[in-house]
Amino acid sequence: MATTIETTPDETVPDGEPVVELKATGKAYGNIRALHGVSLAVHPGKVTCVLGDNGAGKSTLIKIISGLHQHTEGEFLVDNAPVRFTTPREALDKGIATVYQDLAVVPLMPVWRNFFLGSEMTKGPWPLRRLDIEKMKKTADEELRNMGIVLDDLNQPIGTLSGGQRQSVAIARAVFFGARVLILDEPTAALGVKQSGVVLKYIAAARDRGLGVIFITHNPHHAYMVGDHFSVLRLGTMELSAARDQVSLEELTNHMAGGTELAALKHELAQVRGVDVEELPEEEDLTATTPEGTHS
Amino acid sequence: MSMTQHAEPAVSTPPAPGPKETDGRTAERPLALRLLARPEIGVFLGAVAVWVFFLISAPPVRDGSSMANVLYQSSTIGIMALPVALLMIGGEFDLSAGVAVITSALTAAMLSYQLTANVWVGVVAALLVSLGVGFFNGWLVVKTGLPSFLVTLGTFLILQGVNLAVTKLVTGNVATDDISDMDGFEQASKLFASSFTIGGVNVKITVVWWLVFAALATWVLLRTKYGNWIFAVGGNKDSARAVGVPVTFTKISLFMLVGFGAWFVGMHQLFSFNTVQSGEGVGQELIYISAAVIGGCLLTGGAGSAIGPVFGAFMFGMVQQGIVYAGWNPDWFKAFLGVMLLGAVLINLWVSRTATRR
Repeated sequence: MATTIETTPDETVPDGEPVVELKATGKAYGNIRALHGVSLAVHPGKVTCVLGDNGAGKSTLIKIISGLHQHTEGEFLVDNAPVRFTTPREALDKGIATVYQDLAVVPLMPVWRNFFLGSEMTKGPWPLRRLDIEKMKKTADEELRNMGIVLDDLNQPIGTLSGGQRQSVAIARAVFFGARVLILDEPTAALGVKQSGVVLKYIAAARDRGLGVIFITHNPHHAYMVGDHFSVLRLGTMELSAARDQVSLEELTNHMAGGTELAALKHELAQVRGVDVEELPEEEDLTATTPEGTHS
Repeated sequence: MSMTQHAEPAVSTPPAPGPKETDGRTAERPLALRLLARPEIGVFLGAVAVWVFFLISAPPVRDGSSMANVLYQSSTIGIMALPVALLMIGGEFDLSAGVAVITSALTAAMLSYQLTANVWVGVVAALLVSLGVGFFNGWLVVKTGLPSFLVTLGTFLILQGVNLAVTKLVTGNVATDDISDMDGFEQASKLFASSFTIGGVNVKITVVWWLVFAALATWVLLRTKYGNWIFAVGGNKDSARAVGVPVTFTKISLFMLVGFGAWFVGMHQLFSFNTVQSGEGVGQELIYISAAVIGGCLLTGGAGSAIGPVFGAFMFGMVQQGIVYAGWNPDWFKAFLGVMLLGAVLINLWVSRTATRR
């Protein structure tokens, strides 16, 4: 990737208190336990990556933090105070903004209207209170440029932008509206290599502005490029929770690829003719390195 | 990759580009094409075409008073087409809009007459009933998540039946009693059904109301928060909700706005004819919806304008009166409407495809 320039994140950002903290949090839908015993701390200026395969409970986790669902066990703390959001609006008011997979944009509406949707700037007294279009366009343009996003025409429908651009506008919007915690739901899932790079840059930009970022993904490579802390979910529980200096990309990849399950699978595969299992890791090797190419 | 594994995160902040830079993805399209891409322009040209057609083929249309008549006809369609269009932009239908007009008029007429109170009592009660019907439609659509087509088809049938049955029950007739000699009738008919003279031409007050409402709707749609929300709930309801737009409020209030329109047109009918036929209004809802669609409102929501349906309603009014002035059999009206609707939709489609091509 062209943008893998070595930088150290702002050292002045203190580790300090986490903005959002989950303590053994869980969620049951009826008798189905979607999430159980998940602990997570989000610090300002840090990127917390949540990895997991489909059905691992990533979506449930986001929904709890963003206020779409409520947890049924454990604790959910914002600024060290227990909370239980009933609407996304409450989460937003606490500075927790979510950029969903579908981006929460309205494709047919112009970029600037999308940018301010739900939090429009107005002027004038009530019966004549109206949108402050000039100011909104100017602000949207400035904010997008600050994030390094340049668009020809803010009047174009946001649906005409590329996937990466739309994602970036959504991030810039969350940053502008005073988000302290930014939740990104698989922002690179549907994107090509170059577009993913663009989005990773904005994640870094948001982090450098002092936001705590929760980066949900199932791509360990993307996670490792920006992450400070990694949590791997599997079948609704935490399989791994490690800081950057405690885990290597290979380990992360292995955990993501199914880890222990894969090792068990190896023995089964060994029974099948024509499958070469020599290169696959043994269970005890999982914390060591593995050859390239087994992670996909 | 292995070199940077235990280093700090490897992605840097992008440099902020200069202020004049553009992304170079889009070239400015010619003005004519950009204008044509707006559905309002298409329907405007269509309205002009229909107008010119009747100017040529029906000489009486050239007279000023005929034109005032055409505008009057258009206004009774247009006042309802406006809230129906806003609702459509907001992503919903209201099939009960046609009979709701009659429900409102019947309520006012019967309450006033049967309680022998001042007509204003009936007028206010009718407003409450109309808003209530709108609220019921909206509430049911939002709470159940059922398509508004089904929900309002239900209210349409209910209201149609109730209109006939209750009127017969109360008055023993299919029409309400004449209320023209009641207290407050003069005042109310000034507001809803009077006319004035400009340059020797008698113009109905509804034409003025129509244009005032259209201007108001345009302003609300393009210049207020609420207008932004209308586009958003019609364009992508879930996204709108996720960024904090009050979707439930917006949808229900749009249905209530249709209720308000129904009340206004209902009052106009009541105070210009003094009585109301309980079986009327069926089929009108499709005229309103057609006017909105011809006016460039997207059937699936999220796009449209308030000015487009004004021209759409004008086309309908023009055809309705034009056929009469041309001396043709008025039975042709509906056929004409159908052709116009299809034609307008096809032209709009063709124009928007041509003009938005990059």
